Amino acid sequence: MEIKGVAAAPGIGIGRAMVVAPGTQRGDAGVTAASPPGAATVRAAEEITAEAVPGELARFASAVDAVRAALTALRAQVARTSGEDNAAIIDAQVLMLDDPALVEGVRERIGTAHKTARQAVVEVVEQLAAGLEAVPDEYIRQRATDVRDAGRQLVAFLDGETATPEAAGVVVTPELTPSQAAALDGDKVDGIVSGGGGRTSHAAFLAAARGIPAVFGVGEAWRQVRDGDTLVVDGNRGVVTVNPAAEELEAFRAQRAAWLAERAALARLRDLPAETADGRRRVELAANIGEPGDVAAALASGAEGIGLFRTEFLFLERTDLPSEEEQFQAYRAVLEGMGGWPVIIRTLDAGGDKPVAALGLPAEDNPFLGHRAIRICLDRTDVFATQLRALLRASAYGRLLIMFPFIASVDEVRRAKAVLAEVKAGLDREGIAYDPNVQVGVMIEVPSAAVTADLIAPEVDFFSIGSNDLTQYTLAVDRTNERVASYYNPLHPAVLRLCKQVIDAAHGAGIWAGMCGEMAGDPQAIPILLGLGLDEFSMSPQALPKAREIIRSLTMDEAEARARAALQRL
Amino acid sequence: MADKAERVVTVRSRHGLHARPGALFVHTANGFRCKVEVEAKGKTANAKSIISVLSLGINCGDTIVIRARGEDAAQAVAALAEVAEKELE
Repeated sequence: MEIKGVAAAPGIGIGRAMVVAPGTQRGDAGVTAASPPGAATVRAAEEITAEAVPGELARFASAVDAVRAALTALRAQVARTSGEDNAAIIDAQVLMLDDPALVEGVRERIGTAHKTARQAVVEVVEQLAAGLEAVPDEYIRQRATDVRDAGRQLVAFLDGETATPEAAGVVVTPELTPSQAAALDGDKVDGIVSGGGGRTSHAAFLAAARGIPAVFGVGEAWRQVRDGDTLVVDGNRGVVTVNPAAEELEAFRAQRAAWLAERAALARLRDLPAETADGRRRVELAANIGEPGDVAAALASGAEGIGLFRTEFLFLERTDLPSEEEQFQAYRAVLEGMGGWPVIIRTLDAGGDKPVAALGLPAEDNPFLGHRAIRICLDRTDVFATQLRALLRASAYGRLLIMFPFIASVDEVRRAKAVLAEVKAGLDREGIAYDPNVQVGVMIEVPSAAVTADLIAPEVDFFSIGSNDLTQYTLAVDRTNERVASYYNPLHPAVLRLCKQVIDAAHGAGIWAGMCGEMAGDPQAIPILLGLGLDEFSMSPQALPKAREIIRSLTMDEAEARARAALQRL
Repeated sequence: MADKAERVVTVRSRHGLHARPGALFVHTANGFRCKVEVEAKGKTANAKSIISVLSLGINCGDTIVIRARGEDAAQAVAALAEVAEKELE
């Protein structure tokens, strides 16, 4: 039987169905994650009496021995069939299994908190995996997978099953909410089938960001699935196959293997550091995004953060203003989607070529030189404060940096920071959590700000050069006017000299300088910007792999020579 | 009474105590009988646990405290300080 829906998150997932509908109760780790927060779940007893402690400690010890033995056997088999490299992956799992933090942590929980061995393993594994995932380093975060693998196999043994690395299954639910999706673990869940939701829902991109194939919008058809059915979730085509025939299943397994291999190949490339061939300089490669749904693409292309999240999508094409709550949800979704990686969110950049109807602003003769961006926000501090409040509230869910656009002089920076301080004071009074260390930076896109960057630097934590506007203002070329398009040249020495001035001013003040305009992803510009000392390059996700390749192919001497030449070449 | 030793070092390994340097650090710690702890950014980890050491997310340039208690404490601290201060890849 086939169920058709919407291709919500790519990939092929195969597993046993776990129907998670209101009223169903489950105790399995993979599925409680999918049940609504606060929902009551019936579990096996989690605690034991003092007399039962020695027996439980012994069960745990034999689980470790059994899993180690199973892994050792598996290792030999893998080494024979797919080589020593793949077998080494299993060594990492054995290392985790014997890690003192895991072993002692579990024994402690059994011995003093009187937990069952199973519950102690679940709790300690979660704590250790979360600790690893909190570190913004791809290698370390991947170790969380090894810890969870080890934990899953221990739990499987303790549950009386054989210790084989089997995943939990496919979650089938009438409606997957974003908070449920955020709690799903890509290592435990093979796929998702949801009655509601579409391709652009937050739940969909969270699933994609976790590498879980998903089919949404199947309507009432989810009811046709029974617990334990074998499901194939084709997140590329938007089709779910229920209990496929043996040869069909074999074909899907091959498709899944191909998908996993492709993901692994991409991951190897994208996890290489963006450093020069001589190892002298390492920069940060980040992505520009326009809505929360872009996070998956950013992560997939290897972004080490978001260098520019434009917030205008919340304000455009509508007649009212977005509420604080609506904004908070969008910002939080991006911060959560990006895990611990830094996310620079730009405050409202209305005006210019982006009119916001709800602000009721009159048309202007020269919108690019008019009442726009921070200028509007400093006049409409109500709108500005609402956005800053939503941003700060969201900062509790990730690593947020706030960026003010269209700064022309230090005065606007101080006024914007004063509004931010007021908003923080309000949150303090109400006892609402936020990250007190949120970095505050400015976009440098007006020539006056570039020229006086040394005066602005002491006020902020970072600069990000907005090369599109900086080019148009420096060269007096309206970038939306086709007839003067040939005059628009970001590599003009005037623009490059301003960039150099901004970068030097930043470094002189001990802060960093990035760029979030199109120039940052331009293969012609990257060597020059690298040579000028730019610290962060933020671009559209598609441009990232090429940028990484370019940076890795250059020595710093070459980049500096290119920069020197470009500063002199008209 | 058990011996104690402690030393403050700055991590010079280019990728901090991640990946290989982290594994080498933990492997070295496991070569001694004493208890060894490493403290960074206000958090303390068991130096014999790769999970705990990686969770500290120690980067190049970070200051860490290595603390040991047991018969070979002084040797352990000296050996681990050497690993942390080595400019490994």
